[in-house]
Amino acid sequence: MTAAIEAVAVGKRYGRTWALRESTLTVPAGAVVGLVGANGAGKSTLLNLAVGLLQPTEGQITVLGGRPGSTADELAKVGFLAQDVPLYGGLTVGEHLRLGARLNPRWDMAAATARIARVGLDPAQRTSGLSGGQRAQLALTVAIGKRPELLILDEPVASLDPLARREFLADLMELAADGLSIVLSSHLLADVERVCDHLIVLAGGRVRLAGDVDDLLATHKVLVGARRDPDRLTADQTVIQQSHTERQSTLLVHTTQPVLDPSWTVSDVGLEDLVLAYMAAPASSAYVAGPTLRRVG
Amino acid sequence: MIEFRIDPTSGVSPYRQLVHQVRQALLLGLVREGDQLPTVKEVVAKVAINPNTVLKAYRELEFEGLAEGRPGVGTFVTRSLADSSLAAHAALRKDLTGWLARARRAGLDDASIAALFESTFRSGMNEGVA
Repeated sequence: MTAAIEAVAVGKRYGRTWALRESTLTVPAGAVVGLVGANGAGKSTLLNLAVGLLQPTEGQITVLGGRPGSTADELAKVGFLAQDVPLYGGLTVGEHLRLGARLNPRWDMAAATARIARVGLDPAQRTSGLSGGQRAQLALTVAIGKRPELLILDEPVASLDPLARREFLADLMELAADGLSIVLSSHLLADVERVCDHLIVLAGGRVRLAGDVDDLLATHKVLVGARRDPDRLTADQTVIQQSHTERQSTLLVHTTQPVLDPSWTVSDVGLEDLVLAYMAAPASSAYVAGPTLRRVG
Repeated sequence: MIEFRIDPTSGVSPYRQLVHQVRQALLLGLVREGDQLPTVKEVVAKVAINPNTVLKAYRELEFEGLAEGRPGVGTFVTRSLADSSLAAHAALRKDLTGWLARARRAGLDDASIAALFESTFRSGMNEGVA
């Protein structure tokens, strides 16, 4: 099956500043991917590269088997919802749908109209008067009305109240159940844990962690024990984060093997702690799980 | 039909929460053999979680012999867990309600009640009583 996104050593430079460097990752088709990282980590740059709004300075990015945005067919396969939820303020809700029909070859007007009614939007209303939640719902309707194979959303729920956010995510998950691939960036790790099956962590313009969420959680352990030098771990254990008090050492390690040393108290790691550890860890400990497992750096 | 909920603060992964809720419902007799579990689409629309999470939970229930997927129809409960002991539930619940009222009158708050129950339950297990 063709991957939704395949990036090989992709980098993007603005002037003299690299926003993204040496980023290699695979997003399998049908995945729901959470893209997380601090502001300025390169999230929007990566998403804009995947849509074709930006061209990479180095490396290659392939989306659904083609170069992003290169042909009409390629454009039709990808839906994009930008961070600022762009709508035409002078147009009505209904006019946005008609515009979508004119601009997109695979537009599904029946589904888009039904969706607008279901989320309680009035086709005659101008979009300048819509609330943040209504704007997001209309923009999502336009993005999925074109019947994309991949939907890319840049912080889609940031402006929504908790109820609107829940409904928005529920809608997304229904689309995922139908096989749509989804990539969304978010600062809300609780949302990411709930809706995403894959995770990409960016920091300082580089991929620090990428892979299937369950696999990532299963291959990282927290070890607590009497203070010791982390260099004396078994070969399969890589330390991602460590903290020491006078008597105690706490380590977050990556390992594919069970931890057998009885002097460690071993516990599972939560998604939030895992993400924070990789955001803070040096780039040399980056871990990218692909179809073929490989260690980067 | 069982209605799922997800507690994001519990620290328990969403898929484990779903499995636990089905098992709990079976133990309490709220779900019985032959009952259909909600479809993947119904669950994701209701609680906004990843569809693979629901599939994984259902696979786990199938693996444990508690449910069975019928292609094109849905997932059905294949075994009840409550049968013989269920009759005793009402009386036990009444005892427990009385005990809870006594504990509150004695000034225990929720946390103390939970702690007392848990430690008694554990020591009972160790002595082979519970």
